[in-house]
Amino acid sequence: MTAETIIQSLASGLLMGLLYGLIAVGLALIFGLMDVVNFAHGEFLMIAMYATFFLFAFFAIDPLLAAPLVAAALFVFGALVYLLIVRFAVRAKANAGMVQIFSTFGLAIVMRGLAQFFFTPDYRSVTHSWLGGKTVSIAGIFLPVPQLAGALVSILAFGALYFFINRTDFGRALEATREDAGAVALVGIDKNRVFALGWGLGAALVGLAGAIMAMFFYIYPDVGASFALIAYVTVALGGFGSVFGAFAGGIIVGLVEASTALLLPPSLKSVGIYAVYLLVVFIRPRGLFGSI
Amino acid sequence: MLSVHEVTTAYQGLVAISQVSIEVAKGEIVLVAGANGAGKSTLIKSIAGAERPRSGTVTFDGARIDGKPQHVITAAGIAYVPENRRLFPRLSVRDNLRLGSYLYRGEADRDQPLELVFQLFPRLSERLEQRAETLSGGEQQMLAIGRALMTRPRLLMLDEPSQGIMPKLVDEIFQAVKRIRDTGLTVLIVEQRMAECLDIADRAYILQTGRVLMQGTAGDIKGNPDVRKAYLGL
Repeated sequence: MTAETIIQSLASGLLMGLLYGLIAVGLALIFGLMDVVNFAHGEFLMIAMYATFFLFAFFAIDPLLAAPLVAAALFVFGALVYLLIVRFAVRAKANAGMVQIFSTFGLAIVMRGLAQFFFTPDYRSVTHSWLGGKTVSIAGIFLPVPQLAGALVSILAFGALYFFINRTDFGRALEATREDAGAVALVGIDKNRVFALGWGLGAALVGLAGAIMAMFFYIYPDVGASFALIAYVTVALGGFGSVFGAFAGGIIVGLVEASTALLLPPSLKSVGIYAVYLLVVFIRPRGLFGSI
Repeated sequence: MLSVHEVTTAYQGLVAISQVSIEVAKGEIVLVAGANGAGKSTLIKSIAGAERPRSGTVTFDGARIDGKPQHVITAAGIAYVPENRRLFPRLSVRDNLRLGSYLYRGEADRDQPLELVFQLFPRLSERLEQRAETLSGGEQQMLAIGRALMTRPRLLMLDEPSQGIMPKLVDEIFQAVKRIRDTGLTVLIVEQRMAECLDIADRAYILQTGRVLMQGTAGDIKGNPDVRKAYLGL
């Protein structure tokens, strides 16, 4: 193993990690806002990838252009999921935890089933895009351009999110709602509106990730599952509910995954992630940046 | 201005207040007093929309507000400071105040009540960057009242503002309530510390086991021999 291979792997790991962060941040945002784990998060990613694929297949829209459209569509979808399903699930008087889990878990199964039925289980891909298949070489390291674009989109999205949460009125309302959702009515804020917009925002972010990923991953009804699992690890690693923990968690997961791939056979590439996850759970159960 | 007519509110089948009627006129300070469990907090929550009355009506400036969501009632001009204050603990004093004016647009418009808030509670202006949870009990109460004023209410409702506060600050808060009224606001205050509160109130209601036991001007109530014996310990 040469130094070059190591740097090469770590660089790819970093790019992938930034994307993992973008996939996971919506999950962290929603959990932080209302203590609900969205078990359909992977399926949100899946429909975002399909949406990108169909925009490409039917209208020849490049994934890069499709990304904002898909994010906007997912925003509406996420808000509707809150208003039509989660809003009622969180009101359950008995067994509230279970009701919450099964409401989004059930949604995941329904979405997968519908995707199987309407889109068929065939593997699809965006066969050609502006960036697809291109690589750049920076100081002797070859980086795939789509992944590089994904990493850039992720950094921009996190930057925008930081600005939004810390500098805008709605961001302040979001923080207030996550502190005490029962108290925002005292200043005239409708918590259901904040929750709906929070779900919309979380879904839009995973939608952005899905559009980018459609450039270099196969698209099929179960595609969300493996990425969702990584997203849960990312969020737990970064600290449940911490939006910027998801950013750091994503990078760590990407780097650990790349290092594991260097040391172990490819079939064991995920072992490293879960080992690190276990370690964090043992040493610091609230995650690296978690406050609970 | 505020008219509560025969309101009954129950928690899980248990009636907390029954057929309670009170009136609050513009510019008044009205005290609702009574022992623990008499239903004072339930009454104020039923007005604020934090609890939904089972029957009866609540009318504010001519419009029915009973059964409306709490945030709508806040927007209609009733600011409610609950017993446990419900500040946003990890947000700064500045952000807590800023959230109070969330419903308003335009900087000048939003900051307008700030002058009054700092005038009433100068120590808040010295602690703007501190997290709300680091304030003392009295300062937290001041912030809660300040945040409520930022919504620019016409009616301010305070639930046990003296609770968990050192005596010196209690007086400061009661004096602030008086000054708030002098700016033209109307105040409805729920308190167990009846003696001090009667000094600033115009009228008072005494609740007992969920019903109005007695009502009258602050002077009448203070002079009533039964009240003196049962509530004022004289």
